[in-house]
Amino acid sequence: MNALLVSALWGVIMMFSGVAIKRMNVVRYVAMAGVAILIGLNVAEMKGWHLLAIDTTGMLAFDHYALLFNSTLLLAVFIYLVLSGSAMERIGAHCADYLALLFFIICGLLMVSAFESLLILFLGIEIITIPLYILTGSDKKNLKSNEASLKYFLLGAFSSGILLMGIALIYGARGSFALSGVADTIRVSNSLMLSGMLLLLIAMSFKVSAAPFHFWTPDVYDGAPTVFTSFMATVVKVAVFAAFVRLFDRSFALQINAWQAWVAALAALTLFMGNITAVFQQSVKRMLSYSSIAQAGFMLLAVFAMNTTAKEGLLLYAATYSLATIGIFAVLIRMKDYSFEAFNGLASRYPWVAAALTIFFLSLAGIPLTGGFLAKFYMIKAALEQSVWLVLFSLVMAAVSVFYYFRVIQAMYFKPVGQTDPITFDPGFTRLLIGVAVLLIVLGLFPQLLIGQLYF
Amino acid sequence: MIALLILLIPLLGGLVSFMIGDHKKWVGPVFLLAAGLQFLLVLLALTSWDQPELHRFSAAWMSDVGSSFSLSLDPLGKVLCLLNAVVYFLLALYLQGRSMQKPGAFYGWLLLAQAGMMGVFLATDGLLFYFCWELALIPMYFLSSIWGGPRRIAVTFKFFIYTFLGSILLLAGLIYLQSLTPEKSFALDAILKLNLTNTQQSWLLWLILPAFAIKLPLFPFHTWQPDAYEEAPTPVTLVLSAVMVKMGILGLLRWLLPILPVAAYQWGDVIMGLAVGGIVYASLIAWRQDDLKRLVAYSSIAHIGLMGAAAFAGNLGSLQGLCFQLFAHGINIMGMWFLVDLIERNLGTRKIADLGGLAQRSPGLTLFMVIIAFANIALPLTNGFVGEFLMFTGLLATKSNYYWVFTVVAGSGIILSAVYMLGMIRSVFFGEGPSQPLPPVKLSVQEQLVLLIVVGLIFVFGLFPQPLLDVTASYSDNLFKQIDISYLFKNF
Repeated sequence: MNALLVSALWGVIMMFSGVAIKRMNVVRYVAMAGVAILIGLNVAEMKGWHLLAIDTTGMLAFDHYALLFNSTLLLAVFIYLVLSGSAMERIGAHCADYLALLFFIICGLLMVSAFESLLILFLGIEIITIPLYILTGSDKKNLKSNEASLKYFLLGAFSSGILLMGIALIYGARGSFALSGVADTIRVSNSLMLSGMLLLLIAMSFKVSAAPFHFWTPDVYDGAPTVFTSFMATVVKVAVFAAFVRLFDRSFALQINAWQAWVAALAALTLFMGNITAVFQQSVKRMLSYSSIAQAGFMLLAVFAMNTTAKEGLLLYAATYSLATIGIFAVLIRMKDYSFEAFNGLASRYPWVAAALTIFFLSLAGIPLTGGFLAKFYMIKAALEQSVWLVLFSLVMAAVSVFYYFRVIQAMYFKPVGQTDPITFDPGFTRLLIGVAVLLIVLGLFPQLLIGQLYF
Repeated sequence: MIALLILLIPLLGGLVSFMIGDHKKWVGPVFLLAAGLQFLLVLLALTSWDQPELHRFSAAWMSDVGSSFSLSLDPLGKVLCLLNAVVYFLLALYLQGRSMQKPGAFYGWLLLAQAGMMGVFLATDGLLFYFCWELALIPMYFLSSIWGGPRRIAVTFKFFIYTFLGSILLLAGLIYLQSLTPEKSFALDAILKLNLTNTQQSWLLWLILPAFAIKLPLFPFHTWQPDAYEEAPTPVTLVLSAVMVKMGILGLLRWLLPILPVAAYQWGDVIMGLAVGGIVYASLIAWRQDDLKRLVAYSSIAHIGLMGAAAFAGNLGSLQGLCFQLFAHGINIMGMWFLVDLIERNLGTRKIADLGGLAQRSPGLTLFMVIIAFANIALPLTNGFVGEFLMFTGLLATKSNYYWVFTVVAGSGIILSAVYMLGMIRSVFFGEGPSQPLPPVKLSVQEQLVLLIVVGLIFVFGLFPQPLLDVTASYSDNLFKQIDISYLFKNF
């Protein structure tokens, strides 16, 4: 609750800071300070310290899992701001406004991981997506950015409609918006309940870009300014996944037979579409948007399995996937050309940046010693108890993912330097990038450092 | 404790090598120092420090998922660690003074690969085994892709994808095994205690086998191998074929046969059939090769095929022969690669058609080649004979109904190996040769020393195989009891 309150407040502070402070990098520092405070408050709440005693009338419950998830997300946001924040200044003159919107999104993120009522879920998702529509279109003079924004808005509004319809049907069946009320054990499932559940499944699949509801993702991610793509593809996506798991775990656990097969099909299709299409991309940015779909397929295994291992794994997945992708995008933002060829010979000019990028890609591909491996390991372990076939399929798809992730590694290490514009990385950035890479390896060796926090 | 040191020395050596990459003068000696230390340590572990409590190491690791960092140096591990240490030591001697691009990174990756392989040989925890299995692969990927031949990137990538696909299936198998154990543990001991049904065993066999079959490589999983061997720089090819393929055999012996004995027996005919078929297939292809590297690569498939068949033959003779051959094959193929490298570097070609008449101008090289080729053909007095002879007796005594088919087919592979090896020697060393006589191949002192040691090892283990056989005797006996089908059913 602490972080939720302050994040909304800080959004307002950011709006005014644009007026009060003329130097944009100072505004950025204010934002970083804000996220740092949020992390501090959130950790303090994990230790039992509350800013204000607020009665949410059972609409929100910041349980331990939600708080830990939020801390992880906020840490990722902090790293994101430090690595890529400066790129926001180049998009337009309204850097302070972008940062304000960012804080409102954070507010929504903190809600969807802790909701206890379907209304809060809807509210949270809307708070997340409406600022995102604006941020996607923030590069006003760029046609692609405008197109992406419009597309995102239309499809986002459409899927929100489906979400609302689902909530309405479920309210009709159960007479309650509360998750515990929906999960009523006395009344049997009727068609109203089941159709509402199906609509919710579809709406959530839209939001996490699971196939076949993923068609907006590549265009939106590709059209949006890269710095915001980085945010959307990582922190936002995993937070919505947390909501997905929470919703189905709390409300529909009893009906698992009714939806599990659908989720399996969604996961398989998402893995297939994401991985196969990513292989054929010519731009790293577009490849990363398909990779985010493919990784969503793996995260869907957590929804599918819905056990303790799956929930632990989702936490690890959120951390490792976000960190690796944020790191890759941070480098990509500094490049003028997003093609694979732009990475040619990077290792000879910037060996440390290339080494860090290699670790990020190895992590996304799920090679041992990186956190990404353990994240996949947890997902497989969770899902293996339910379906061997789905696990085997996802493993084959993980092998396919090596094709496109390693293309960048091949370009960096094995190809001669091309004719592209020289890129420069300042030493501070390089050190930070290496720090993130080291963090990924530490998570790959000692996952208890993160998961162990669940049981304190 | 020693087990941990064996893992740490190459790991630290590799990191140091990366760090001092700019000082080209120092990287070679550092590589030699690390490999020499490792060799000494393994020798000591086999002789004066041969106490079981020194050979084990266990520390808490991911206890949430039932995995611990546990290493153990059992007899099979001893043979393989010795092989690994010997190969790296001789390679380090051989490479001293060699100039190349980015030597710090080259030696660094080589040492990290050694650390990964040592981990595979020592791990007694399924997840740790998988970790090391993958970590041995990554250095090979970079080594071949950066320092390899013209087609290196595509070829190495094929190799990587192949092995990666195999190993993630292995991971699924290991996780499944872990989920079946009552204490949810990845420990080998816990997995060995499982009572698996026949169906479960069959499933698991086909999940786990591909990883090992690809690594070996066993026909028909071999298609990555000739290309990868050809395109990788020869020192890397040497490590790949002398040590890394043994990871596959170790996998079969430690992580497949004792865990899934019934399935191994059920499917044994199929696998042995593929393996011995692969011997003849690879030998025939080797016969028609015009490239020395490809010839040795195919001959390696043939030899490994026999080892794969011996593993599934599953009796005392074949297992003892296999354990011996693990070491002998490593030494022999290492010698082959040294010679190929010498020819290529001195004469600038490895096309058999461009070579010829080397015997007149380079008699020393010819002598080494003849001895090492004889060891590869497994002539008596050489170490190759002991291992292959034992494996053949094992194959003949296997419980399969087709034992005579396997023996005859595998035996014809031996004859074919003589055909292509001697054919190669005839056309490279004794034939007409090109119209322009080739310059003599001059061996430096260290090259002579390395080759002399290889030849010495060939004869020493050919004439006195017993010490090495003693090391693995109890192990083979134990393994035989675990996997022998008649013994198993007696206990039912």
